[in-house]
Amino acid sequence: MIRWSRRKPVALADVQPDLVRLERRLFLRNGLSLGALAMLTGCDLTDGDAVDKVLWAMSRWNDKVQAFLFDPNRLAPTYAESDITRPFPFNAFYDVDDVPDIDGGDWKLEVSGLVADKSPWTLGRLRALPQESQITRHICIEGWSAIGQWSGVPFRTFLERIGADLRARYVGFKCADRYYSSLDMATALHPQTILALDYGKDPLPPEYGFPLKLRVPTKLGFKNPKHIGALFVTNDYPGGYWEDQGYNWYSGS
Amino acid sequence: MAVEAVGPARRRRMPIHPLIVRVTHWLNAFAMVCMIMSGWKIYDASPLFPFSFPAWATLGGWLGGAIAWHLAAMWLLVANGLLYVAYGLIGGHFRRSFLPISPGGVWRDLRAALTFRLGHRLGHYNAVQRLLYVAVLLCGLLAVLSGLALWKPVQLHPLSLLFGGYEVTRRVHFVAMAGIVGFVLVHLALVLLVPKTLVPMITGRAKEEP
Repeated sequence: MIRWSRRKPVALADVQPDLVRLERRLFLRNGLSLGALAMLTGCDLTDGDAVDKVLWAMSRWNDKVQAFLFDPNRLAPTYAESDITRPFPFNAFYDVDDVPDIDGGDWKLEVSGLVADKSPWTLGRLRALPQESQITRHICIEGWSAIGQWSGVPFRTFLERIGADLRARYVGFKCADRYYSSLDMATALHPQTILALDYGKDPLPPEYGFPLKLRVPTKLGFKNPKHIGALFVTNDYPGGYWEDQGYNWYSGS
Repeated sequence: MAVEAVGPARRRRMPIHPLIVRVTHWLNAFAMVCMIMSGWKIYDASPLFPFSFPAWATLGGWLGGAIAWHLAAMWLLVANGLLYVAYGLIGGHFRRSFLPISPGGVWRDLRAALTFRLGHRLGHYNAVQRLLYVAVLLCGLLAVLSGLALWKPVQLHPLSLLFGGYEVTRRVHFVAMAGIVGFVLVHLALVLLVPKTLVPMITGRAKEEP
């Protein structure tokens, strides 16, 4: 079952990810300022905050350029079953031992925001929708890539089924492992964007995002949230776990 | 002659590098340093080869910061590079300064250089210099194209295929970087050996040689 909304006494383990993030955010600033000092000696732009602002502004500019370059009809290359990377690497902001333990029986996907039907979805209801399969390359922002096979509900089908406002700007995701992320609507409607229920021939194992993972082969790996517990359609920028720390939000491939 | 009219008190200065070459040179130097140092940090997140770059030689502090630098500086690198290449092609700079390059000329000048018998005439490139400048320009082109293919392997899929797919493109991008870094090392060593070449890249002019 999902534990992310339940109140618990504060333990170090609970706040650890937040501490790490805060530390990293400060580190981003320090790193950029040190870099700026090293790079910009003698120029006026030696103030770390100013450099940080320029980098964030350039990242927002890159979001716009990538949205412009995105062709809604261009498909990510697909591969043969023999090309699949075995074993497919586990990757998260925590160790594999800390993968959330979710009971598929009482799991529900909550839906909110600019949608007509906000009733929650069980695994059975999701499995009753049309399914598609893909073998595509997962590209990590770290540089490595791996080919895997995911199957599930085309996200466009799902959004249409819940009566989502398809002219809204964003779809946001909240996950059982405190992860969160968001997509632009054009990518959400791309034919290869799927709500994945299976990896290979079997239901998603815990380390690959049981019970539900978003598979987006037109974006970098960190834009493919796992253990999704809730999604919402909105016009307000939802950000993301890594995006709020400095990863480029659009991160399209 | 206007220069002579100034009189013998003023030394004659001959023009070496036009303003546009100097401006694009230094902007490129800044953009390249940003790209290479942030690129090393990105490499370190998932090294292709059994070594990493030391943190002190990298830019950005962490992967997110390095990518922010890399994808910001790329605009300066490409915009400045396009300006330089447009000038080089239309203004005749490439033809005048870099051509012709003949294997015989390169061999002769290389032997002379390695035995320290190759003189340096300001404003004139010997055959080895010509070859290196053209080679580093091609490395730059390769770095930009392979970088675009890594940034957009789906939207620019034909370009990605041209390089042999995503994983091969990563290695091509690395090799292009290595070529540029190799050039920079030789370039800086030669400036140290012949420091009088540095001034004209800043002021554009040099003392008339005897």
